[in-house]
Amino acid sequence: MAEKLLEIQKLTAGFAAEKGLLKATDGISLTVDKGQTVCIVGESGSGKSVTSLAIMRLIDYAGGMILDGQINFHGQDLAAKSQEEMRRIRGNQIAMIFQDPMSSLNPVFTIGEQIAESLRLHQNKSDAEAMKLAVDLIRLVGIPAPEIRAKQYPHELSGGMCQRVVIAIALACNPELLIADEPTTALDVTVQAQILDLLRKLQSELGMSILLITHDMGVAAEMADRIAVMYAGAIVEEGTVEEIFDRPSHPYTVGLLQSIPGFEGGRGGELYTISGTIPPIGQLPGGCRFHPRCPHAVDLCRNQEPPDFMISDDHRTACWLFKDKPVLADYSDEVKRA
Amino acid sequence: MMNKTASLPQLPPSPSSEVLLEVKDIKKYFPITKGLLNRTVGQVKAVDGVNLSIRQGETFGLVGESGCGKSTFGRVLLRLQSATGGQVLFKGKDIHSLRSGDMRKLREEMQIIFQDPFGSLNPRFLVKDIIGEPLRIHRNMPAKLIDARVVELMELVGLDASRRNRYPHEFSGGQRQRIGIARAIALNPKFIVADEAVSALDVSVQSQVINLLMKLQKELGLTFLFIAHGLNVVRHISDRVGVMYLGKLVEVGETEELFAAPLHPYTAALLSAIPKPTPRRKQDRIVLEGDVPSPANPPSGCRFHTRCPFVQDKCRQVEPLLEEVVPGRPVACHFPLLAHS
Repeated sequence: MAEKLLEIQKLTAGFAAEKGLLKATDGISLTVDKGQTVCIVGESGSGKSVTSLAIMRLIDYAGGMILDGQINFHGQDLAAKSQEEMRRIRGNQIAMIFQDPMSSLNPVFTIGEQIAESLRLHQNKSDAEAMKLAVDLIRLVGIPAPEIRAKQYPHELSGGMCQRVVIAIALACNPELLIADEPTTALDVTVQAQILDLLRKLQSELGMSILLITHDMGVAAEMADRIAVMYAGAIVEEGTVEEIFDRPSHPYTVGLLQSIPGFEGGRGGELYTISGTIPPIGQLPGGCRFHPRCPHAVDLCRNQEPPDFMISDDHRTACWLFKDKPVLADYSDEVKRA
Repeated sequence: MMNKTASLPQLPPSPSSEVLLEVKDIKKYFPITKGLLNRTVGQVKAVDGVNLSIRQGETFGLVGESGCGKSTFGRVLLRLQSATGGQVLFKGKDIHSLRSGDMRKLREEMQIIFQDPFGSLNPRFLVKDIIGEPLRIHRNMPAKLIDARVVELMELVGLDASRRNRYPHEFSGGQRQRIGIARAIALNPKFIVADEAVSALDVSVQSQVINLLMKLQKELGLTFLFIAHGLNVVRHISDRVGVMYLGKLVEVGETEELFAAPLHPYTAALLSAIPKPTPRRKQDRIVLEGDVPSPANPPSGCRFHTRCPFVQDKCRQVEPLLEEVVPGRPVACHFPLLAHS
């Protein structure tokens, strides 16, 4: 059995609004093992970024809060930690990279200084030592002429180079978990291929776990060991990458895969579409949150929220179509009540 | 320049061979200025000598990475920007030498759909005014008729016409893109440039908008220039595809032929870089080194030689021309990928 690094249990996080609490994630559970890559896929507004902000406890600064649930990292509950304690974990044991590399970097510091900063803060290195390590890191992420680049400012580098710098900063303290929130979305395909290759290579060299957030099923297929599909704040399906692509079960996952142009071969024909749009948080329908857009919806779906059913040992989905399958152990007591 | 190849039987809307738009050696340079006197110290050659003809009723897909000049090309085609050199012949008339009154008239037939469904709609206009504006300007129609046409257009693009008295912010991204499409087809244009029209949308919404564009093309007989960086989308929607790199077309071909057997190494690399939604397929990926060079100072010879995995001496010195090495397959490469594989 692989060792669990991160275990999210029934995490509910959200924002206080005029009309009450808006739950951006609604009781999600997810495990990331050591050395594994887990992808969260979903469309805009599905709650995938809020999940990553909650793990980092950056959600506190984004005006939100964790309402319920646990985030176990190395047996400690991050959800219960103070920001003071989190500051020692962030950037050190858990690091994060964001979508837009240009705005993740500070324009008035050289990239060498920015990489050295986390080494000085977390590892008490001297300025000279930190700068030397920063140059090594720039080399590690595949930027040519690292000594020269270390003295340059972000605007002197291309988007792909900047994303490499952001990765170097994230890796500076050898984190055990790297959270990558749409790391290649702002990049061109050929540069995206470079960055994905780099992440894979670094992972095998450094043995870290990656939680990759993406909207691109292609990226997920390429990178993930496991995939969690999010819809309107909930994980509707989760399993190994093979299970998800070979036996997609939740109607939303099926629809998502079929709407990709070129996925089902044929050119020029009509693409599969999921009717309607994702509901805004705070206006979720009752019962299954996907039922207004689901081609298979029946009365049960409108009235009762489905629990997670186990399609196989490695694959769960929250859909009433699979109600003859066993319910995920954690949930069975809730279903009895319902 | 381009021979009509035997059209593949499975291509649904067989585009007629009649050329609607012909582009001859079009160039667009932007000056780089410096200092107090704005001296011109150089030029960004955004589009540098492109030849192309687009046939009546076809969808021509234009792909390339950011900064390759594909959007500038689309704008010069519609004379939203002036050309530095060359000609754009629309139904035989060079639009860049037309007088502004004549050009204005011609604009009824040429429209554009923009990428950003948030930035391309005026937030202070009601939806009916956004869609009705081209009718007011070009047709001088009474308000009642405009309103009837707006209702018709909104229904055509799949919007609830009873919401025409609302503002754009009350619509979702996909719906806003439909508003932009309704505005573009309001005057029954012949030719539409769709500049990354679906790139900002989520997959499930993207497929709805792609289906809409293809439906409209069939019903209204539109000709599209579909500019995109999403290669899967381009493959799905286009009859022919052109690949741009640093202001030049490097390859043109029928969609299926080009995707099945790319001739230019850049096309091959671009295609192999698409992450495929199938796990475990460790395909042979050509990972290009480095980034796209600056269009202000393009490399000598073949512009792609700095990143090309098959580069040879000739490539560094002699610029390849876009020529048909195989009938119907123009490619600008000294050593096209004919028998590699």
